[in-house]
Parts: sequence; structure tokens; C-alpha cells
Amino acid sequence: MPRAFKPLKEARHEAALFRRRALAGFLIIVACLIVLGVRFSVLQVRQHDEFSARSEANRVLTRPLAPARGLIYDRNGVLLAENVAAFRLEVTPEHVRDMPGLLARLGGIVPISDDDIARFNALRKSKRSYQSVPLRMKLSEEEIAKFSINRWAFPGVEVVPYLTRSYPLGAEFAHTVGYVGRIDEDDLAKLDRGDYAGTTHIGKTGVERYYEDRLHGEPGYEQVEVNADHRPLRVLDRVAPKPGQNLYLTIDSHLQEVTEATFEGRAGAAVVIDPRNGEVLAMVSVPSFDPNPFVNGIAGVDYAALLNAPDKPLLNRVIRGGYAPGSTMKPFVGLGGLELGLRRPSDTVLSTGEFFIPGQSRAYRDDVRGGQGRVDLVQAIAKSVNTYFYSLALDMGIDRFSDFMDRFGFGRPTGIDLVGEGKGVLPSRDWKRGRFNQAWYPGETVIAGIGQGYWVVTPLQLANAVATLADRGQPHTPHLLRAVQSGLDGRPEPAPRVAAPANVIKRPDNWLAVQQGMIEVVKSGTARGLNDGFPYAIAGKTGTAERYSRTTEEWTSISASPIERHQVLFEAFAPADDARIAVIVALEAGRSGAHDAAPIARKILDAWLPGDQEQQGRDTRTKIAAASPEPAR
Amino acid sequence: MIDELILEWRHRLGSMWRKPRVDLPLLGALLLLMGVGLMTLYSASDLDRGQVISQALRFVLGLVLMAAIARIPPLTLRNWTPWLYAGSVVLLVVVVVLGEGRGANRWLDLRIVRFQPSELLKLTMPMMVAWYLNGRPLPPGWTTLGVVGGLIAIPAALVAKQPDLGTALLIAASGAFGVFLSGLAWWRIGVLLGAFAGVVPVAWHFLHDYQRNRVLTLLDPEADPLGNGWHIIQSKIAVGSGGLWGKGWHHGTQSRLEFLPEHTTDFIFSVFAEEWGLVGVLLLLALYVFIIARCLWIAAEAKDTYARLLAGAISMALFVYVMVNGGMITGMLPVVGVPLPLVSYGGTSAVSLLAGFGVLMSIHAHRKMVAS
Repeated sequence: MPRAFKPLKEARHEAALFRRRALAGFLIIVACLIVLGVRFSVLQVRQHDEFSARSEANRVLTRPLAPARGLIYDRNGVLLAENVAAFRLEVTPEHVRDMPGLLARLGGIVPISDDDIARFNALRKSKRSYQSVPLRMKLSEEEIAKFSINRWAFPGVEVVPYLTRSYPLGAEFAHTVGYVGRIDEDDLAKLDRGDYAGTTHIGKTGVERYYEDRLHGEPGYEQVEVNADHRPLRVLDRVAPKPGQNLYLTIDSHLQEVTEATFEGRAGAAVVIDPRNGEVLAMVSVPSFDPNPFVNGIAGVDYAALLNAPDKPLLNRVIRGGYAPGSTMKPFVGLGGLELGLRRPSDTVLSTGEFFIPGQSRAYRDDVRGGQGRVDLVQAIAKSVNTYFYSLALDMGIDRFSDFMDRFGFGRPTGIDLVGEGKGVLPSRDWKRGRFNQAWYPGETVIAGIGQGYWVVTPLQLANAVATLADRGQPHTPHLLRAVQSGLDGRPEPAPRVAAPANVIKRPDNWLAVQQGMIEVVKSGTARGLNDGFPYAIAGKTGTAERYSRTTEEWTSISASPIERHQVLFEAFAPADDARIAVIVALEAGRSGAHDAAPIARKILDAWLPGDQEQQGRDTRTKIAAASPEPAR
Repeated sequence: MIDELILEWRHRLGSMWRKPRVDLPLLGALLLLMGVGLMTLYSASDLDRGQVISQALRFVLGLVLMAAIARIPPLTLRNWTPWLYAGSVVLLVVVVVLGEGRGANRWLDLRIVRFQPSELLKLTMPMMVAWYLNGRPLPPGWTTLGVVGGLIAIPAALVAKQPDLGTALLIAASGAFGVFLSGLAWWRIGVLLGAFAGVVPVAWHFLHDYQRNRVLTLLDPEADPLGNGWHIIQSKIAVGSGGLWGKGWHHGTQSRLEFLPEHTTDFIFSVFAEEWGLVGVLLLLALYVFIIARCLWIAAEAKDTYARLLAGAISMALFVYVMVNGGMITGMLPVVGVPLPLVSYGGTSAVSLLAGFGVLMSIHAHRKMVAS
């Protein structure tokens, strides 16, 4: 081979080189593996006795201990959600040879639904086979007895005591307190598995869900010595779980009860707020449902019935219901006219029964045929004169109109401590462009002035706005949590407050004029007589909106029954000068706000104000302090 | 007509039987190993048939892939090599940029399957090194060595950054073995090892805290019995209590009582050692030695440098798996996430290993064609 080619490839040489290297590599590998083998023999032969002994001693398992869930009380210490002792069936998959067979046989003794089995199988996947998995919750005494007799036939199945959630007041608080339910796969994906290692339930709706972190507590654990079959022999160490915090809500359960009762089952919602601080004293959504069956898994048929019921009992109308506010908007619109300097309280407008946008032929009607004559702001509110607000809204223009209404929180969630609050609709150019991609027309401003058109409010939004108005323009974020109690015998601490936004009214005189109008509503106006026999002056406003557009078939089909034709509302606060309560009542079907909604509001006021409220307040404080938490733990 | 078809198919099947594209001794050893793996998994997973079946399906997938790769001539593989290498490095960069995984960014989500591009490099790395060295005069000098060093270091660093030290180690090792087998002079190897020893203290500073802890824990596992030391102590107890003959299949208590972490994946060897004892361990190691030896023999038979280096590097990389995993469970080496080949539960590693054996089968099957 010439020298010049030396640096180039030389196949035979490379092959020989490779063989030598492969052999060297192989010898190194064998040498290393011999070292590894020696290492194994040191551990497995020379130190076998030592490790064997340690393996024997190595029988300590760590088991999670679920914390007791915090209790929920109303503002006076009335229990709304408690923990009660119950029994459930648990299966340890490791001890079961034939799981489907076992479940089938077990089902012959204790009823086990398909839902139970589906949930059981889902949970099984997230656990080790020696960990027991809950199968059937809340066994009845009869079921426990039946199982106990046949227990010998079911190795690996045990009856285990646990604390289950119970809602003693049932349907009354289903929408507010909500309920807990079995942890499902969606929950598992979200939560911290370590924290929930021994926990079977989690807050699904309402306060139970919003305050899950406070209510859940911190798990403890115990170290258990087990024998060769993993049967616990004794507890070596135990770190107790830390129970969740007890919550005191702002709700007064008596007021809640009265409010719900006054509805007499008619679909609708009511919200009662203390305008001085935003505490929600009562919130009712009718119809409601019993939350208790949801805790341990509601039967599919029952759930479907609730889900498909025409009056939607599962819907929390307070935060998710959408209503046309109608004339209840008029005090706000009137206030806007004064605040923006477009009207003085004494300015009058002539109501002829019909209002026209200059240059257009479409007529916007008053409620009274032929009109109500010349009215100022107070009369316009008291008699609910549309023309006054048509012309005012037109003067304002939609941009100033929606800017002003925004101050009262319309068109956005109020920020209450519940999950899933609706936004409603505050009519504006931007909203319409975003929703329909269309320009705004002046006629839409005119009807927005009387709370019609695109307007949608949730009862909570309206109540929040009325409360803001009642406190002379000072907004407070509505909330349900009043106090929090940590530990077994800690004192309830007031819940942290959200900083109140700035006052939305510039001139107190303007407020006085609107307040005067609202007082006249219940004295001489649309809801006259409502104040009779009440110790304080009430300020209120009726609202009646058509449920269906007059052009649709629904309207003609029910036109025989005027009672059903309207969505009716009433808003009120009292005492008018120094409000301690703000109320809104919304009924989905009724004749008029004055006829149907106002009497309900009056009953709510009766239930709260005349009993010395200051006294009640002090009582609450002492009751909260004294409420000794000795419920089931 | 039909007779002709039958005849043709007979001929085809017959030729497949007479000239199989697979090396039967190697295939037999691999099947035996997979059998041991499934059996151990059944015990370690606490008689969970689902896990065993899903692992078996991965084996089937891997075997199909192996058979497919075995039919690709090494020459074709050689032509593809730079592209495959570049592609896998690009995927690796993609993972670093937008990858998602639990704490460690090593997965690429392709909607249907999620896979780790770093697994690809276990194959494309030795391919690239073999391809490059194939075109250079051998034994390599410093220049060649420098280029190969770059080819190895860039993807290895990317994988280590993910952070997946175990895979980075395997990738780097497979590349390094290619260089070793190409006949790198011993004195140069000595210089490199010396330099490496000098770099270790520097590298220490770049390790993640948890990686440092693993090394520190190794030195004194009892000092941290509930944290990192737990793995090592429990594994040693499992291995040591197995004794000479073992506790018997599915009679290991350590794993069943959950004392042993990761006992179906990285620590499955501990379960095997506990249940089958030293005798079982030595037999298993002997099986690995046989496989490595057979692979190296296939490599030596190959008539072209590319095929030789590739086959040799893949065979020797197999040893790294066994050594690092065995060293880990006996407390000789730090806890690095390296599976026991074809025994540990986990799809990507099994499939990429079998793909590697597919390359070996191909080299074996085409040795004569290459020679001619």
C-alpha cells in the first residue's frame, strides 16, 4: 500500500482494530458486571441476616387521616351544614380475587348502584391495591346488619365509620350553602392529592365550593405497624388532622325562612342586603331542591328529574337568573340625569301618552293611555312615567348612560363569594358591537331608559345596586362570609373585608330627590299603601316587564291570563333615611310589580326591621362568641 | 392460477424461514428476557394484569418495529443518518422550548402519542458517530475527536438540561462507545479520562440540587432516611433480604408493602432480587452478558465500519443500562432514572431498545450483501 494512502480508509485494518476493541470492551463489561455480581452477593449473602431482620421490622405503613370539615352557621349560630356519623362500605382490592364477582354478590345484600361502581373503579385507579376504596356511602342500619351477618363471605370488604355532610335546613339553603359531593375524576385532576389522601368529599357548589380551602382542613396521618398480611397491629405514631374552619355566614336563617315562605312556591328570587356593609341577609331562589341526596351520590333518575324540571330548581336564580329590570331602573336613570347636570329635580316633562324621537314616527308609549300630564322627577318615579325617562335617556345618549349605570355594578359580576355568578347585560355601544356586530340606534337608548331592550340583570346585581343607592351611593361588595372560627375552641374572627370602592354620587341633594320619589312610590305612587302600618319610611320602586315580546306566539297563547304575562320586580330599602336593609324581589310571572312583588318585599321588611335590629346585631355577636362548637367531629 | 399463488407464497414463506432476517439466538434471548420482565412486573405491580398486558402490547409494538427496521439495509440507514440525527436534535430543541411534562420537560405531545425525543437519540446518536467516523481515517486523531465530541455533547447537554441525567448519560455513553470501538488510542483515552476527572468538580456546580442530593445521599443514605436515602435503604433491604435463593415469586414483602418506591419502573430489579435471590440475579446478569456478547459478535461480523461501530455502540450501551440500574439498586451508584432493559415497566424505553436490536438484526442479515 503506497504511503500516500496511509491516512485513508483501510477496511481490513479497521476490521481487525474493531475486533480487538470489541474484545477489550467485552472484557471490561464482564469485569464490571462481576463487580456488580459481587456487590449483590455481599448484600444477599454476607449481609443477608441483617437485611432480613430489617425487612421483618419494616412493617410500618403511613395512613392518611381525613380532617373533619368545617361547619357552616348562619349569623346567629344556627347550624346550616354539619357532619354526622355514618357508615360506608370499603373494599381493599388486594384481598379480592374476583372483583366483578364480589361486587355482584355484594349487590345482592346491599344495594349498589352503577354510579357507585363507576366511581369505585375510578377511585381505585388512583390508589394502591392495599389501600381501601369506598364503595357505598351512608349505609342504613338494616344494611349494616344484613352485611354483618354475611361478612364472612366478603374478605376485604369492611364497614367503616365516617363523617358525612348533612344540611339540616335542606332546600332552604341549597343555593347558598350548596353541597359537597364525592370526589370525582375531574376533582382529582385539580386538587392536591396529598391534602385529599383520606378525604372522600369536596365542595361542589355554593359556599361549600367557594370556601373549600377554609372548610377542608389539613390531613393528619398515623403510622401503623402491620403484620405480614398488612393487618394493622398497633398505631405507632399519630399526627392528628387539623379540622377545617367553621364559617359563620351573613345570612339570617329566620329571615331566609320567611322570605322563602312568602314566595309560596312561585318561581323567582329575592335578595336582602344590609346596605351599610354588603352583608347578604337572605338570598332565596325558588324553587329549590334538597341538597342532602347529592352528598353521597344522587340516583341518576332523581337527578334527571331535577335537571329537566320546567321550573329549573337547580338554577340559582339569584346569581344566574336573568331579568329585564324594567321600571326598577328609573331611580338610577333619574339620578343619572341629576348627576350629569341634564335635569334639575324641579324640571318637568309633559306626558301625553306617546313619545317620539324628533324626526321619527315610531311611538314609545306611557303606561297610562293619554299620558299623566306634566311631571317632575319625584312624580315621574312615583307614577313610573315612561316619557320622563325616554326623553332623559335620549338627552344622556347611550355612552353617558352606560357609563353612569356601570357605577352601580350593572353588566359585571358583583364579586360575591359564590362561584358561577352571571354578568347580566348593561346596554352599551361596545356590548352591542361585541354581541351583534351592529351599530347603536337612538331608539334603543330610549327603551334602555325604562330598563327594557337589551337590559339583563341578575337579582343579586339589582340588589347590590339598590344597596348602593340605599347607602347614599356608597358601594359595598356583597358577601356571605361574616366570621371564621379556626380550631376547636377558637373565637370567631371577622372575615377579611374587601375595601369598599369610592362613593358613586357627587351631590347628596340629587340623592335626596331620588329618595323622595321612591318614598312617594309606596305612599301615593304605583305601590301606594305599602308603607301603611310600617314604623319606618320605605323607599321603593316597582318594575313590570313583559315576559314575551308581543309579536311572539307565547304572548298570544297566554294572553287570556294577564297574571302570567309579566316578569315583576320590586326594589326597596328602609328606613328611607338611614337604610339598614335593601331588598329586591323578582317573580318570573305575575300581574305587576306592585300587585305581586311588593307585598313579598313588605313581608321581608316586616320580618327584619321592627324587631329591634340593633339589639339583634348585638345578640348575634354574643351568640357567635358563645357558640361552642361541639358538633360531631 | 390459485395453485400458482399458493406455490409463490410457499416459496416466499420458505425463503423467510431459510433466510430469516433475524438472528435467532439473539431473538430467543430477548424473548426470554421479556418473559422475565413480564413475570417480574406481574409480581411488582401486585398482580395487576392490566399493567402486564399493556407492557406486553408495547413489547409487541417494539418487536414489530424491530422486524421492520431489520428489513432496512444498513446502507440505507447510513444514508439517512445525518437527517435522522439532525431531526432528533431539532425535536429535542422543540421540547426544550415548548415541551411539557411533569416537572421535567422531556415529553412532546403529538395529540395521539406523547413521546420523548431523547429516546430517539439513543439510536440516532451512535448512528451519527458511526456515520462520521466511517468517513474519517481511523484510529481517530484529536480533530476527529473534537468533532465527535461536539456531536455528542450538544444533544447530551440538551437532555441533561431537561433535566434527565439518566438518559443524557446513556446517549453520551453510546456515542463514546462508538469512538472507543473505532480504535481511539489508549493513551488518548487516558488523557480524556484525566481531563474528565478534572471537570467533575466544575460540573458539580451545574447540577440541580436534587441531583447533588442523590450523590450526597449515596455516600451516607442513613443520614436522610425519609428523603432521598429512603430509596436506597429500602432497595438494599429488598435486595439483601432476598438472600441466596430469594423469597419466591410474589412473596417479596418490600414492594408489596409499598416500602419500595417506583417498584415497577426504576426499582423493578430490587423486586426481582428480593424474590429470586442471588441465583436469580446472576442468571439474569448472565442473560444480559449473553445478549451483549451476541451483539458484539454480530458487530464484528459486519463488513463495513459504519455497521460495525453502530452495532458495537448499541451493544455496549445496553451494558450501561444494566450497570447503572444494578449499581443504583444496590447503592453503588447514585439514583439515576435508568430502567432495567426490557424488564422495567415503561413503553418508550422498551420500544427504543427493541428498535436498536432491529438495527442489529439488519446488520446481521445484510452482512453478506455488504461484503460483496
